[in-house]
Amino acid sequence: MAENEGPITGKLVRISGPMIAADDMLGVSMGEIVRVGKMGLMGEVIRIDGETAFAQVYEDTSGMYLGEPVVAQGDPLSVELGPGLLTQTYDGIQRPLHLLKESSGDFIGRGLSADPLDYSKKWTFTPKVTVGQEVSGGDVLGTVPETEHLDHFVMVPPLVSGKIKTIIAAGDYTVNEQIAELEDGTVLTMTHKWPVKRARPFKKKLASTEPFITGQRVLDSFFPIALGGSAIVPGGFGTGKTVVEHQISKYCNAEIIIYVGCGERGNEMADVLDEFPNLTDPKTGGPLMNRTVLVVNTSNMPVAAREASVYTGITLGEYYRDQGYSVAMMADSTSRWAEALREISSRLEEMPGEEGYPTYLSARTAEFYERTGRIACIESEDEGKEQRTGSLTLVGAVSPPGGDFSEPVTQNSMRVSGGFWALDAKLAYSRHYPSVNWNQSFSLYFHDLDPWFREHAPAGWTERRQQGVDMLQKDTELQEIVQLVGPDALQDAERLILEAARMIKEVFLQQNAFSDDDAYSSLDKTHGLLDAVLTFYEECQAALGRDVQLETILGHPIREEVARLRELNSDGFVAKKDAVMEQLKAAMQKLVEDAAA
Amino acid sequence: MTETADSDMLQKEYWDLSYITGPLVFLKNGGRFPTGAILDLTMDNGQIRQGQVLEATTSHAVVQILQGTQGIDIKGTAVSLRNESARVACSTDVIGRSFSGTGEPIDGLAPIVADEERDIVGEAINPVSRDKPNDFIETGVSVIDGFNTLVRGQKLPVFSGSGLPANELANMIVQQAQVRGDDEEFVVVFGAMGLTAREANYFLNSFEEGGQGSRVVSFINKADDPAIERLFTPRCALTVAEYLAFTKGYQVLVVLTDMTSYCEALRQISSAREEIPGRRGYPGYMYTDLSTIYERAGRIIGQKGSLTQIPILTMPDDDITHPIPDLTGYITEGQIVLGRSLHRQNIFPPVDLLPCLSRLMNNGIGEGKTEEWHRDWSNQLYASYARGRDVRKLMAIVGEDALTEVDKRYLAFTIQFEADMVGQGDTRRTLEETFALGWKLMGLLPKSELTRVDRELVEEKYTETNVEDFS
Ligand SMILES: Nc1ncnc2c1ncn2[C@@H]1O[C@H](COP(=O)(O)OP(=O)(O)OP(=O)(O)O)[C@@H](O)[C@H]1O
Ligand SMILES: [Mg+2]
Repeated sequence: MAENEGPITGKLVRISGPMIAADDMLGVSMGEIVRVGKMGLMGEVIRIDGETAFAQVYEDTSGMYLGEPVVAQGDPLSVELGPGLLTQTYDGIQRPLHLLKESSGDFIGRGLSADPLDYSKKWTFTPKVTVGQEVSGGDVLGTVPETEHLDHFVMVPPLVSGKIKTIIAAGDYTVNEQIAELEDGTVLTMTHKWPVKRARPFKKKLASTEPFITGQRVLDSFFPIALGGSAIVPGGFGTGKTVVEHQISKYCNAEIIIYVGCGERGNEMADVLDEFPNLTDPKTGGPLMNRTVLVVNTSNMPVAAREASVYTGITLGEYYRDQGYSVAMMADSTSRWAEALREISSRLEEMPGEEGYPTYLSARTAEFYERTGRIACIESEDEGKEQRTGSLTLVGAVSPPGGDFSEPVTQNSMRVSGGFWALDAKLAYSRHYPSVNWNQSFSLYFHDLDPWFREHAPAGWTERRQQGVDMLQKDTELQEIVQLVGPDALQDAERLILEAARMIKEVFLQQNAFSDDDAYSSLDKTHGLLDAVLTFYEECQAALGRDVQLETILGHPIREEVARLRELNSDGFVAKKDAVMEQLKAAMQKLVEDAAA
Repeated sequence: MTETADSDMLQKEYWDLSYITGPLVFLKNGGRFPTGAILDLTMDNGQIRQGQVLEATTSHAVVQILQGTQGIDIKGTAVSLRNESARVACSTDVIGRSFSGTGEPIDGLAPIVADEERDIVGEAINPVSRDKPNDFIETGVSVIDGFNTLVRGQKLPVFSGSGLPANELANMIVQQAQVRGDDEEFVVVFGAMGLTAREANYFLNSFEEGGQGSRVVSFINKADDPAIERLFTPRCALTVAEYLAFTKGYQVLVVLTDMTSYCEALRQISSAREEIPGRRGYPGYMYTDLSTIYERAGRIIGQKGSLTQIPILTMPDDDITHPIPDLTGYITEGQIVLGRSLHRQNIFPPVDLLPCLSRLMNNGIGEGKTEEWHRDWSNQLYASYARGRDVRKLMAIVGEDALTEVDKRYLAFTIQFEADMVGQGDTRRTLEETFALGWKLMGLLPKSELTRVDRELVEEKYTETNVEDFS
């Protein structure tokens, strides 16, 4: 057998864009990493036909000659996990982009490699186990302050167990130094590898009872998802998917953010890198970058690495989830991942399914979304020990061709995600942002989360939300009439509904991401604003019932006061809103009195 | 593509072609040449065609022939390696020169003495090396400066329809573009794919008349030039542009037109290769392919130069969901969309503002750059215009009399906005003039409607106007 004669080495017999084939590869396994050609480009085996292996290559293949060597590396594509992941910017195969810049300058060359973690950096390790203790996968060996505000829990890797023979004393160590040894001789360090395409194990999935709060009114109020849930954000180009992903990364209540830029723009990543270090994490007060890992494979970077990037991202996410954190992963855009699958599949001349996508698209999508959830982490059970739980939430952007949601990626993702935040080009064109279409969007978590909102959100949250939704529904019906016969045909009470619905849209649903005070909306502000608009409607309705002219009501300057509440910062919002509500009541009272006189 | 003088590269070999289809030639034994290599195919009559290896297997290599396969026969064609990859000569001497779509001089002047020969495919800018584009470029066009600001390092395409004056708009931008507070002039790199002689001359003459002649580098593939060459044209142009911007520190403005012809050439190759077609027959990898063109815009940390792109494309049937504008829009940082009905009303530039967008606008405007209230001003006018357009649609159904008083004012605003703000004609407007006009137009609306602008500012700027004030 070849094993004793060094790695399996074949030679190139076909080069077709990102796909190559090599002969004499008997013994290589599916998913195994290979080094291709004299440049040693990294690739992954995706088909084996007798002695011929087909691989997708994570770098540009041009310039290679047939006959060049292809060398199997033994392992599937894996990420290295350990302290030092946070604040990093990786490419799709976990190479730190800053290191690539050091080695090849401002443009990314080929055949480069770089260590995912800094092997020379010393971390302050505090042990949490003792000699003789039985441990198994997920048990915490010790902690390391990874950032000022976050402890990294160094765990026994999944599938490993045994009795602690040695454990190192508290002190400063690098990630590759031995920190513990098991009786059976297994050496443990602060880092381990995990294959990206394999979901990391957990004990069981738990019910989702807590909301994933985004600071975006339309999402938190109308279409909330759970911590551990998933949502997709489909929308045509320029409708605001990336802005939604950025806003959520900045303001959401997760403790760790994995942001995957998959086949999108380089400048958007520059934006994140420019902004995040200077923004504060609402939870800890530290720099936002400290809770973030970026995985970036822009559209002009090799297409196969794009496919890898989402898996790299979600594996990093699972790793922090396993430590007991709430993790949110942003994937912008999952369509580019699906397109990468399609491209490779077509090079393999597989039988295409719908719109040329491979028939396994839906299975892959489902598998991927299944990696989200709130879970009980693996760890050995001791009485009295509280079960560690973690969650991984996913928000995936989808870029449907022509903005048409009937296409396969949108449909497949919709089936397996619990939230559907549909972005609408028409709303975006009229600068209604976020352009979430309130008729098309939905959340399947609403009922599961209702108890939480009743207990923790401002009083009346659920009721006001329902009234808001109803108002928009009535608006839709009335608009149909208007489109047929004109606004003249409506009664004053109905015209008031149109005005109120307009205010819900303009004041409550719209939220400018570039506004200093409104980019983030706390639950108090979200509720308060909706309550203000609905109170405005109720007061106007009462006045209308007492013979005040509609034109008079709507022409009153108090309307603008209510509308401008949106501009107020979440801090101190409630008091200011209450003051305006007082003015509103007084104003309407006055109108009623004037009308009576 | 320039010739490499290496003698061993020039040696000729007779080679058996095995199959010719459309723009493709298949060579027996594909292992001789690397993928991406440029080959010379010398025919019986001494004519030379160039080809590029697309795919290599042990049984054959697939070669796309730049000048087409007409006249090539299987037996009598010699094949030799010209270059291991497609390359273009880079030097500051290219400024002021004209080249073919594959980089050969066509202005009758001497060949370029290359400072560097670069692979036209280029490498991706490392995302962590990118600097945020944020220098406001004043184009003198209100709909751009006021509402869809262009910044240095941005890629902002023009979506046109056949017969709409996209070239005129692009030319206006080229003539007038200036970074505020900076007198450094742009070097213009012009890449033309499938342009008619008339269109090409329009650009070249305007550059000459506008005094840009000495600052323009052009790569021209005309409508009657070989279609496959079009796949090389934007890459030649961008390689030279990158060299000028990031090696030589110039501010470079790249105009690429017409990307629709480029995409059609791409489709032609794809169908000849019998690939599974994507939407409307365009290849599934068109997004990736286009991104390797558009993503070559940008700025780099620590570098003085910048590369700004204005690609122009024609939307087939004026359909913005067609794959060419659609995939472009998914890659570029916004779009300027031309509308036929405005054009019919003789409004120039006929920019349909609603679907327009500049994603980098925010970086280029605001305090210290334009005005602190620039975004609010723009949002207010946008929102009012959008509402006015709805009112106009409604009016078409129910008649003007059925409109409310407020709606009537929106209608008047909208008509005036299109006539004046959009329809500026071909004269340059300063940003200040654009702002002033915007405030004046807001005067057509009731003051209480202006809720997107700061209240104090409304107090300061608002003066009620009526339609007569605009004649
Ligand atoms: N909440 C918001 N507030 C203000 N502006 C917004 C908001 N959302 C989107 N926009 C505007 O819309 C533009 C486009 O948004 P974005 O880049 O997120 O679109 P996208 O859906 O990701 O497009 P693509 O699919 O092409 O990447 C932004 O640059 C911004 O100008
Ligand atoms: Mg986006």
